[in-house]
Amino acid sequence: MTIPKINEKQKRRDRYSWIVWGIIIIVIYGWCFSDMKFSHIQESAGTVSKSIFMGLIHPDWAYIYNGSGEDLVSQLIMTLAIAFLGTIIAAIISVPFAFFASRSKNSKYNVTSKVGTFLLTAIRAFPEIVLAIMFIKAVGPGSFAGVMALGIHSIGMLGKLFSESIEEMNHSSEYSIVAAGGSKPQVFALSTWPTILPALISYTLYSFEISVRSASILGLVGAGGIGAPMIMALNTRNWPRVGIILFGIVVMVMVIDGCSGYIRKKLV
Amino acid sequence: MHTSEVPRRSFVKKYHIKGMIVIAILIVLFLYSLKICGVDPSLFVSNIAQFGVLIGQMSNPDWSYFSFIWDPLVQTVQMAILGTTIGTIFAIPAAFLAARNLDHSKVVHGTSRFVLDIFRTLPSLLLAAILVAIFGIGPTTGTITLAIFSFGMISKLFYEVLETVDMGPAEAMKASGASIIQIIRLAIIPQIAGQFCSFFLYTLEVNVRSSTVLGYVGAGGLGLYLQQTIDEFNYSETAVVILATFATVLVIDILSNYLRRKLQ
Repeated sequence: MTIPKINEKQKRRDRYSWIVWGIIIIVIYGWCFSDMKFSHIQESAGTVSKSIFMGLIHPDWAYIYNGSGEDLVSQLIMTLAIAFLGTIIAAIISVPFAFFASRSKNSKYNVTSKVGTFLLTAIRAFPEIVLAIMFIKAVGPGSFAGVMALGIHSIGMLGKLFSESIEEMNHSSEYSIVAAGGSKPQVFALSTWPTILPALISYTLYSFEISVRSASILGLVGAGGIGAPMIMALNTRNWPRVGIILFGIVVMVMVIDGCSGYIRKKLV
Repeated sequence: MHTSEVPRRSFVKKYHIKGMIVIAILIVLFLYSLKICGVDPSLFVSNIAQFGVLIGQMSNPDWSYFSFIWDPLVQTVQMAILGTTIGTIFAIPAAFLAARNLDHSKVVHGTSRFVLDIFRTLPSLLLAAILVAIFGIGPTTGTITLAIFSFGMISKLFYEVLETVDMGPAEAMKASGASIIQIIRLAIIPQIAGQFCSFFLYTLEVNVRSSTVLGYVGAGGLGLYLQQTIDEFNYSETAVVILATFATVLVIDILSNYLRRKLQ
């Protein structure tokens, strides 16, 4: 019995390529550590983290609901509202965008697809915080700026996901309607749209999950939501309140993730 | 003459009752959210002059400012690489604990999954805002933030990979008398290494994106300059910061996409 021999040349190349990659990785990490100006950890770190921990296990329960509109529940609802508005607006705008950006089989050069994909990439590269800061200048501090920022940011992501799902869709039912003599609007209404709708809804829910997380930090720069009382509590070192807000965010995000995951599993 | 019957749709299906109800609920929620958020498009019109100034100044980037932000830009990338690496080192054992297909009790993977879920709920900027209070202002805080954030993200991605591992080769090797180290090296690692590296690079991309804004709350890197220039209304300098962020993210994305495609 003979064991198949690995080509010697191939073997040698594999071995050398590992060495090359190893050297590249070592150089990268060496650069990171040598050049990094590590700031010293504060001496008060111990006491501060102790008080944070105490605050976290003794949250300010009275803050949950007091009817003033500045309490935890109303701020969380506002955060959800910002995420919801941003996602819905983005989803509606993304649909035509996605049809432009998706590669069709017929055209040879895909100019619209290239332009659309580039625009979507450019939008995605802007962190939502930067957008929020810009919109605060445009519409003043508050939730509206947050909605605009999230809306624009989500278009970048949703447009990409939508256009990919349009590219990957199954065309067989379209062909059968064309074969049976259906017009273009009929093909769209009876075949294209119902085929891609579950994917679109699923991606929209996914983007809503992400938007909820982003909406909870928009307040840090003044664009509404739970982030505003959070940064205030942090600046005044009100740890019990930080504790309850953190708790609120964790619960909210987990509940939203759970619900949306459940719906998405049912859709597919 | 015999005509074939077209199948009839039920009342609920014919008039899309379910869809209509969902749309009605969405519209109600939409209007309610508009009310809570105080969305007022007229604000946009009344402030359009100021926004015009902002856009006008931003379209004239002050390139001389670039020399100031080169160091923080480099620091941002370093923070992201170190943070992702530290997070990954901790994430690997966590992923083994949380994977369902390895033999340990349900309690172990249930609890570890729950803990990892909690880690993943916290956005990195929020984490940074809290950690700045503990560790002080500077890149150390940023690195720790990104490490915690990547820990949550990578361990989830990794345990999902681990759950797809095919144990067949491992069992075959065991039957032919291989040691456990040989099994891990020759049967397990080749199956997961590519995806592990790919997810590591993906997390690095995400971290570069978030590290560019972490400085906004004082956690080191480029974000500090974003805040400074905006507070001083130097929008032409802000534009340079934003463009630099943009370029960095793009370069890292292209590099990482290239490497990930090679890995597959």
